[in-house]
Amino acid sequence: MPSEQIPVIQARALTKRFEKFTAVDAIDFAVSPGETFGFLGPNGAGKTSTMRMIGCTSPATSGELRVMGMDPETQARQIKARLGVVPQQDNLDIELTVRENLLMYARYFDVPRATAVKRTEELLQFVQLSERAGSQVETLSGGLKRRLTIARALVNEPDIVLLDEPTTGLDPQARHVIWERLYQLKRRGATLLLTTHYMDEAEQLCDRLVVMDKAKIVAEGSPRDLIERFSTREVLELRLREDVRSSMNGVLDGLATRMETLPDRILLYTHDGEQALEEVHSRGIPLESALVRRSTLEDVFLRLTGRSLTE
Amino acid sequence: MMNAVRMVQRNALVYRHAWRGSACMSFLQPTLFLLAMGAGVGSLMTSDAESLVGGFSYLEFLAPGLLAAACMQTATFESSFPVMAKMTWNRNYAAIAATPMSVRDIVLGELAWIGARQFLIATAFACVTLAFGVPSSWLVLLALPAAVLTGVAFSSGIMAYAATLKSGGDFSVVFRFVITPLFLFSGVFFPVSRFPEPFRTIAWFTPLFHGVELVRGLMLGTIQSPVWIVHVAYLLIMLGIGGTACFRTFGKKLRA
Repeated sequence: MPSEQIPVIQARALTKRFEKFTAVDAIDFAVSPGETFGFLGPNGAGKTSTMRMIGCTSPATSGELRVMGMDPETQARQIKARLGVVPQQDNLDIELTVRENLLMYARYFDVPRATAVKRTEELLQFVQLSERAGSQVETLSGGLKRRLTIARALVNEPDIVLLDEPTTGLDPQARHVIWERLYQLKRRGATLLLTTHYMDEAEQLCDRLVVMDKAKIVAEGSPRDLIERFSTREVLELRLREDVRSSMNGVLDGLATRMETLPDRILLYTHDGEQALEEVHSRGIPLESALVRRSTLEDVFLRLTGRSLTE
Repeated sequence: MMNAVRMVQRNALVYRHAWRGSACMSFLQPTLFLLAMGAGVGSLMTSDAESLVGGFSYLEFLAPGLLAAACMQTATFESSFPVMAKMTWNRNYAAIAATPMSVRDIVLGELAWIGARQFLIATAFACVTLAFGVPSSWLVLLALPAAVLTGVAFSSGIMAYAATLKSGGDFSVVFRFVITPLFLFSGVFFPVSRFPEPFRTIAWFTPLFHGVELVRGLMLGTIQSPVWIVHVAYLLIMLGIGGTACFRTFGKKLRA
């Protein structure tokens, strides 16, 4: 993050408590204009609570939060006017058609009628829903609903778009369409904030991200940066028969800088996966299968929390 | 505050798809009731009974009471399932709360919309009443807002309750043990003066009674000051308490 830029979102010791449960525990972060900033973490890590505090629909318990320099506590209306929100669960108006959903939502933002009509058609085109403009929302597939929700978040031409798990529950093809649209938005200079528990989503879209676990931020950086810092270049994944696994004691020692034993496989962190695999073969260890791959944010998460993301 | 209008616009947009059936019912319902109860049951009344209801025919006595009761019933219904659906099932309110609309805007908008619907229902009802030959003074024009006030006074409390619910089952308790008894014993079908004490006094503390008295007094031109002030004040206080409760329960859900 270039240090001379004034952050559009700044959080200091931001905390959210629900009675006894702490959802967000004194986190600090700053988002620069034009940046795509991610919150990566498993369910219940505090991502959604953080998004809701930024979206002014959940008051912070303590700490400081500034959105475009404004305080959500006292200037919610002004902040919300400049935000676009894509919630985790679609909440489209099922009593209205696709087009009416956008028109009406624009009116909540006081977008003048003529502008709303023009923008609605543009946005329908942007998310490739023009042909379904007159359809009832209920008839849309999950992926199309998501695209409509994204279009809806843009009716006020927001400065910041908050996307809470934008592709959760979608099939791979629908996810790729959404990613492509978000990438378009990013290229136009929009500031995007997104939460995800998909490491590929975070890697594809985020300039910078924080890894969240149990209400806290455990690491921060660009995807590449995080992988370099917390993982090795390559990973060798081994699947072994149960009897081999239980009688292995120490036979894999010295093959990698670090080793993780998961219920279904063993991960060897090394700079050269192929070489490690050769060594495994030369030690005569019988394998069910082996895979050499590059490190991902999943590995970063595993390293930081001792758990896998999708558990 | 002006943003509340957006909520009304949204509901009007939805209503546009369904207005025909609903408008039909607004005329049909009072016609059937006045035929059966007013003309039918009314024909059994002796002139003796007429003196009991202040020299009016039974139909004339009944019609304004039914108008107030109709507003209570439709307002109650429209504040129950539809509001719960928008809060819990479809999460419309959550979507709207993410825009510059505040919780206050949403609540006031919903109440305003229900008020507007009551106004249409009351107007249709009054037209039917006139068609049945119930004499009216110009005060009937004030009976319409009085009926609307009765409706929204009920609406506000039910809405506050609806916002807290996860399933619709609990409404049946309200309908069965609150709305139906009020409908039957608030002076719609017979004057509460027919009750023995202490029920006559108790009736004075129930809300629909005040709506019925107010609407009837205005429609038949028999209203007396200062008692109308009591009726209006009762309903306004009820609306105020219900509205405040709405701000609280809606706020709890939408700004958690």
